[in-house]
Amino acid sequence: MRFLIRLSQRIGHGVADFLENFGAMMRLGGQTIAHSFSRPFELHEVFKQIEHLGLGSISIALMTLFATGMVMALQFAVGLDRFGGRDYVSVVVGLAILRELGPVLSSVVVGGRVSSGIAAELGSMAVTEQIDAIRALGNNPVKKLVVPRMWAMMIALPSLALFADIVGILGGMAISSLELGLRPTTYLSDTIDGVQLIDLVTGLVKTYVFGFGIVLIACHNGMRTYGGTEGVGQATTKTVVASLIFIFLADFFLTRLLLVFG
Amino acid sequence: MSETGAGQIVVRYEHVAKAFGPKVIYQDVSLEVRRGENMVIMGGSGTGKSVMLKCLIGLMQPTAGKIFYGDREVTAMDEAELIDVRRNIAYVFQQAALFDSMTVFENIAYPLRTHLKLSEEELAARVELNLDRVNLPGVGDLMPSQLSGGMRKRIGLARAIALEPEIILWDEPTTGLDPSNTKRISELILKMQSELKVTSLIVTHDMTSAMMVADRVALLHGKRIEKVLPKADIQKEPRGTLLRDFIEGNLDI
Repeated sequence: MRFLIRLSQRIGHGVADFLENFGAMMRLGGQTIAHSFSRPFELHEVFKQIEHLGLGSISIALMTLFATGMVMALQFAVGLDRFGGRDYVSVVVGLAILRELGPVLSSVVVGGRVSSGIAAELGSMAVTEQIDAIRALGNNPVKKLVVPRMWAMMIALPSLALFADIVGILGGMAISSLELGLRPTTYLSDTIDGVQLIDLVTGLVKTYVFGFGIVLIACHNGMRTYGGTEGVGQATTKTVVASLIFIFLADFFLTRLLLVFG
Repeated sequence: MSETGAGQIVVRYEHVAKAFGPKVIYQDVSLEVRRGENMVIMGGSGTGKSVMLKCLIGLMQPTAGKIFYGDREVTAMDEAELIDVRRNIAYVFQQAALFDSMTVFENIAYPLRTHLKLSEEELAARVELNLDRVNLPGVGDLMPSQLSGGMRKRIGLARAIALEPEIILWDEPTTGLDPSNTKRISELILKMQSELKVTSLIVTHDMTSAMMVADRVALLHGKRIEKVLPKADIQKEPRGTLLRDFIEGNLDI
């Protein structure tokens, strides 16, 4: 009986905690949007963050997608061979990458790397009272810290996903030409004929939602950090886990929603 | 205290209470601070001294009660209204809270860039003036990580006074400093009072510094302001009273 009471208390605390965090994050999201379109625009800071968040993630995102493109081509070749459909490898790989793997894997890679960086940076600022200092000096931490990171993410992540899409398709093309005996030009023209603009667009639309969520989770956890260096560590870990869960859950709902458009 | 308005009440805490969840920090804090004076708030660790300062500029909200700056109620203001209050009430943080990613120059220029439209030359002149005020001329190009603890605190002060505030809030200004730096900071507090005519609220448990800078001393104990006394009267307090016991280290906190 006592165990049940303790269990229900735990669940209750967990739910209350989740709702409280969710509400605070929604408020932060609202403030971020409101401040995103008000002067002064911190362009210098946005560019700095693009360099920091985007450029630093290029190599890892492109490598991930190149490898994924190659693996997908090999696996689909095995599967499609059973139905005599090897010629469709290019289209299937193209569709999978544009609609799903390009945007999701880039976001996962960037999400892991960037969200932990943001949470650690803002967390350190919070525990050394630098965020309080921003407010005490008459400025707004959302405007100064969250908005430039949000803009940077909104520019960097879709661009990165676009490059990742291309590199993923090239990965599929490379392995198809080396292992499956498909001519690269045929592979590419088949891909271009087989996929549609909507496949690319729906994929890229997802990255805006993923990027928004990643920055929001990271900034929220970072700015609320307390308890010194240990707190920074906890905020960072929590952020990576939450960002990844967010990406995968949001992906399902977005995929379902975007199917309306084709 | 010869200038106009000296001695009038500039800050007033009225029955302020603060709790973090179930933990009550204080229940009934009332205090009046006069223009131009150095008010030292003493109390043991965890009695909410810093929280008192943070509530005054809206960095934290009290659970109950009101706080006034002049005749304006700070506790009723929203974030936009508080900006004006924060321009006039500067906060010197315990660990200085300098922005790690910026040079000393950019740290001091930060509030100036935020609130004033100055040319780069004017900005440089204002930054250098404030570095001079804290006796650290020419360190603008250094990063905060290159500074010693005492220097960080002085740069934190230079940044805080860049906008020529009316009131300075000092959060444990001498904690963790060696005796010569402690003396230097205490002298700066007195210099701010005599040269810039600012009012200071100083939160500390460093008795040497408190006795050096205070005009009046308030003791925060038992979740409220227990006593407020002019410095001169402290030594007259009979043995066995709270304030005397606190000063002599006999108060169990």
